[in-house]
Amino acid sequence: MLTIVLIMLAGMLVGYFLRGQKKTLHFNGRLTIITIWLLLFFLGLSIGNNDHIMQKLPELGVAALWVSVAGVTGSVLSAWLVWKFFFASKGGKA
Amino acid sequence: MRGSFIILGFFVLGLLIGRLDLLYHGLNPDRISTWVIYLLMFLVGVGVGADKKALRALLTINLKIFWIPVGTIAGTLAGMAVLSLFIRQLSVAELMAIGSGFGYYSLSSVIITEMHSAELGVIALLSNVIREIITLLFAPLFMVLFGKLAPIAAGGATSMDTTLPVITQTSGKEFALMALFHGIVLSILVPFLVSFWLVI
Repeated sequence: MLTIVLIMLAGMLVGYFLRGQKKTLHFNGRLTIITIWLLLFFLGLSIGNNDHIMQKLPELGVAALWVSVAGVTGSVLSAWLVWKFFFASKGGKA
Repeated sequence: MRGSFIILGFFVLGLLIGRLDLLYHGLNPDRISTWVIYLLMFLVGVGVGADKKALRALLTINLKIFWIPVGTIAGTLAGMAVLSLFIRQLSVAELMAIGSGFGYYSLSSVIITEMHSAELGVIALLSNVIREIITLLFAPLFMVLFGKLAPIAAGGATSMDTTLPVITQTSGKEFALMALFHGIVLSILVPFLVSFWLVI
């Protein structure tokens, strides 16, 4: 937890000094996307490797999918309310 | 949208390679993932630090920023309450516990496996992974339908790391620090909330 925050702060400090270096920052953006690919790849690897999960996957997956859909739906609806009442009102457009 | 499908493609590729046992066994994907997350955090940090608007957002942080994680918690739990009317095999408390992972699949699934059962732990893992994938795939749609905070709320605890790049791409870099704040608050609350629902 703390490690992640510290690493990010270190990155922000580096980024601050890289301001205006367009080529380096473009490369940073590309590298960010590739890193996300890697992360999802290893996540898949970890799940694919686990026999217990893979065997029960269909049954548990359906339940899990419903939980995700319900959670995300509730979250985006409340985010819409928070946006409307606390953020968008200032500019006059809701 | 195309970018999200490429991301999903890498996930499926990993799943297949892991299933077919094609990789060298000394390799520990969870350990590598940790280092990849560290690298990602650093790169995202560089992007935020180099952005003038993002830094300004940090300086103008005020109390209303707290409403974003509050909204996500309330919305997720309300979603679980509604779902409990339709799902028979899981109790309300079990659903609340899984939902309280807010996408933080590694931590929530471990807690649930230890405090409850491996099966519920697996559902928690899958459901929170799916929450992250849904956010990666549909962040642009959520923004159009429910405003610029919706991708952050959908991402849950992951809005500080894995879904942060997608959030900043859809809502704008000036939302990076709100997303970071939101993710940090939820990540800290995950262990407390998850265990709360399993104890009562």
